Amino acid sequence: MPELDALLLARIQFAFTISFHFIFPAFSIGLASYLMVLEGLWLKTSRQRYLDLFRFWLKIFAVAFAMGVVSGIVMSYQFGTNWAVFSDRAGPVIGPLMAYEVLTAFFLEAGFLGVMLFGMAKVGKGLHFAATCMVALGTFISAFWILSVNSWMQTPTGFEIAANGQFLPGPSWWDIVFNPSFPYRLVHTVTAAYLTTAFVVGGVGAWHLLRDSANRHARTMFSMAMGMAAVVTPIQIVVGDMHGLNTLEHQPAKVMAMEGHFKSHPEGAPLILFGIPDSDAEAVHYALEIPKASSLILKHDPDAPLAGLDTIAREDRPPVGIVFWSFRVMVGIGLAMLGIGMWSLLARIRGKLYDWPLLHRAALVMAPSGFVAVIAGWITTEVGRQPWTIYGLMRTAESASPLDAPAVAASLTAFVVIYTAVFGAGVWYILKLMAAGVHTGEQGPEDLEKAPIRTAGITPGPTQNPVGREELPDGVPGTSPRQSEDG
Amino acid sequence: MDLTVVWAFLIAFAVFMYVVMDGFDLGIGVLFPSFRVGVERDSAMNAIAPVWDGNETWLVLGGGGLFAAFPLAYAVVLPATYPLIIAMLLGLVFRGVAFEFRWRDPGHRAFWDIAFAGGSIVAALAQGMTLGALLQGIEVVDRSYAGSWFDWLTPYTLLTGLGTLAGYALLGSTWLVWKLEGPAQDHARRMAVRAAVATLVLLAAVSLYTPFLEGQYFARWFAMPNVLFAANVPVVTVIVAFYLFRTLTGKGKHEAAPFWLSLALFLLGMAGLGISMWPYVVPSSLTIWDAAAPERSQAFMLVGVAITMPLILAYTAWAYWVFRGKVGHEGYH
Ligand code: HDD
Ligand code: HEM
Ligand code: HEM
Repeated sequence: MPELDALLLARIQFAFTISFHFIFPAFSIGLASYLMVLEGLWLKTSRQRYLDLFRFWLKIFAVAFAMGVVSGIVMSYQFGTNWAVFSDRAGPVIGPLMAYEVLTAFFLEAGFLGVMLFGMAKVGKGLHFAATCMVALGTFISAFWILSVNSWMQTPTGFEIAANGQFLPGPSWWDIVFNPSFPYRLVHTVTAAYLTTAFVVGGVGAWHLLRDSANRHARTMFSMAMGMAAVVTPIQIVVGDMHGLNTLEHQPAKVMAMEGHFKSHPEGAPLILFGIPDSDAEAVHYALEIPKASSLILKHDPDAPLAGLDTIAREDRPPVGIVFWSFRVMVGIGLAMLGIGMWSLLARIRGKLYDWPLLHRAALVMAPSGFVAVIAGWITTEVGRQPWTIYGLMRTAESASPLDAPAVAASLTAFVVIYTAVFGAGVWYILKLMAAGVHTGEQGPEDLEKAPIRTAGITPGPTQNPVGREELPDGVPGTSPRQSEDG
Repeated sequence: MDLTVVWAFLIAFAVFMYVVMDGFDLGIGVLFPSFRVGVERDSAMNAIAPVWDGNETWLVLGGGGLFAAFPLAYAVVLPATYPLIIAMLLGLVFRGVAFEFRWRDPGHRAFWDIAFAGGSIVAALAQGMTLGALLQGIEVVDRSYAGSWFDWLTPYTLLTGLGTLAGYALLGSTWLVWKLEGPAQDHARRMAVRAAVATLVLLAAVSLYTPFLEGQYFARWFAMPNVLFAANVPVVTVIVAFYLFRTLTGKGKHEAAPFWLSLALFLLGMAGLGISMWPYVVPSSLTIWDAAAPERSQAFMLVGVAITMPLILAYTAWAYWVFRGKVGHEGYH
């Protein structure tokens, strides 16, 4: 069946490119806010340490952001290239939301990014801080719209279906934008981005503390990150629970797959901790379960009946194995994050936050865990939605473009090879920057090498620079463009 | 007022903004290998580093706007030009990361310079060829693309691809004439003259070819009363081209004028395109009304555009203003 092959390839390509894309926003949403906090603290306290940290993370942000942008552009065209039928039919509803994302978020980020990266000496501290805030705000607005789009595909509301099969907006856009799963998904995903970033920052801090526990920059980073972990992880777990309850209401089949409930349980369903789901046999082998706990979590009553996948037609069931496991990976990491957060609280109370190598090792191991959790969470969400692209209304199988399998196979190969090479290199550069550590008098991205040069300009801009260059504290170098050392 | 017409003009505006703004970024990439390693390349890169991301966002608006306002056109054109679009996206990946990566890894700077130039060339060619594929017509049956997957590869599309490449090189080199000084500026000026010649030759070739692609285009350009308006386009083009050469090679040291004149050339090209295509969004298959999203979708977005577009233009202008002036002045010591 050649058609099925092209479809499968298109799905793999979408999953591959979106997963790569999302890794970068997950980091840059959190990092943009962290940079905003650092710069704000610097402005408030005038402490060199905050400026150093700001400059250090700004360089990393620049690399991550560039990768987020280029992989994102791929996404915005991929709906048309690979999911043409879906685009034609859903365009009137989700197209405007994505257009709003461009207008209110992407332009904002991109417009102020240049000033944020290169403009410190040109616009003065206040305006520069404003630019940083705009970039951070832009990342949030971007998450807002794209998650509204995705949530509408999960829980569609507020639409009508036209004679030609198109989904048309109903009388109120409010119903479309604020569809039932959107608030939960937005909070859960943005919080996830903060946690992801916190664990990266904490991991970098821990790495440098392990080498020198007196390193003041590392101490600040570690303390801030562990504070986030301790406070935000519990919130994330509560939000995740609410998200799950909402999913139970609107997409019960997804929750059945997450829980591994093939059979209905009229008098209280067990919580399956681990096991091997087998869709053909409709059973979970070697299941390790807690009786009635699933009903307790999902219905807040141990004896409440819970329906299983046997109530869903076979052709409407999501693949159970992937969803079951990816969900456990995410929850497992969430619990591990909670553990680190609590441990750090204990260390703080005991005054050992900077002198507990075991804690630092654990934080180092957990540094990439946010990315794994985020991707696992999305796999749960997206695979659990199958076999639909628009839940209950439009099947994935009817969504694809009329493309031949070889064309998609070729593009998929190109994406895999190029993404791995290019983004692999980018991640390597980020790791190198992280390993180099923060230095007093850290340089920003604008003055990359030792020999800084300056944009003099025909008309230097003193008028918009109320703080003269010389008066900028902490030696803000008045440099702008970069120059290579072999130049 | 018909919202569909408004949206057709808005998309055209976004595409035009993209073509000129990312056009000069890509053009600099196309010419990059001709600049000397070191200060020249660094300052060419610095001339766009703070703004390229904003420039590229117009591409996302063009694509996103098409998706939202003319979903059927988006769903037909992209599969029809699948290999071109994928090539463009991958070209943009290389080009975009090179901005950061070449500074991060001096040991492999030569590699990222090639990636920057190669990515820009591929993206420029792919965009031009997509335009050509659109103009030569796309087969549509039952709301979807019905051609085969190499329909986009013809002599005509190769011509439009090369024309776009040359046009971007012209925009890039004239931008650098404005932003650089010293030997690098002289080099940019020389490249601009060559790019201008190439652009005009290819523009003429495409213009002569297009009316003969299909009966319809011929009628649009040469039937009365259209010809009275259409004939102005080539005439004005010749005048603009004349001034462009004067400002590039003449005595006076014009710095900004060549860029603005190149931009005018692109505007004329856009007008010509409008004459050829109107009111089709996919020539010979779909008019803008066939492909239009319902009024509710278009109206909702129009509110957003009305509110945000002035702000976007304002802060974009501000960002350009912050980085005005020559690049890397003191770097030449
Ligand atoms: C750092 C990241 C992270 C962490 C620690 C968690 N999650 Fe999560 N989760 C996500 C990151 C994430 C995500 C990437 O943001 C997802 C994917 C789509 C979405 O809405 O959020 C997600 C989806 C998601 C879903 C699917 C909802 C749906 O699509 O219908 C559920 C039920 C949960 N999460 C529940 C939890 C629970 C109970 C957690 C407690 C340990 C948890 N998550 C930790
Ligand atoms: C950023 C995180 C995301 C990840 C990691 C992700 C992951 C995935 C995966 C794994 C699939 C394949 C599912 C399967 O075939 O079994 C998929 C499909 C898809 N997702 Fe997502 N997704 C993400 C976000 C989004 C968003 C925000 C949208 C909408 C704007 C979206 C729309 C789609 C569509 C259209 C498909 C293709 C059809 C399908 O197979 O369902 N995804 N995604
Ligand atoms: C299928 C879904 C998606 C599409 C089509 C998409 C599209 C895009 C595009 C076109 C860009 C580049 C914009 C620019 O030029 O600056 C981008 C970047 C970005 N996207 Fe996505 N995106 C998707 C999923 C997501 C999700 C799920 C999130 C967050 C929850 C997200 C958050 C961001 C952010 C914050 C950026 C800014 C760049 C960065 O921070 O790395 N995107 N996206």
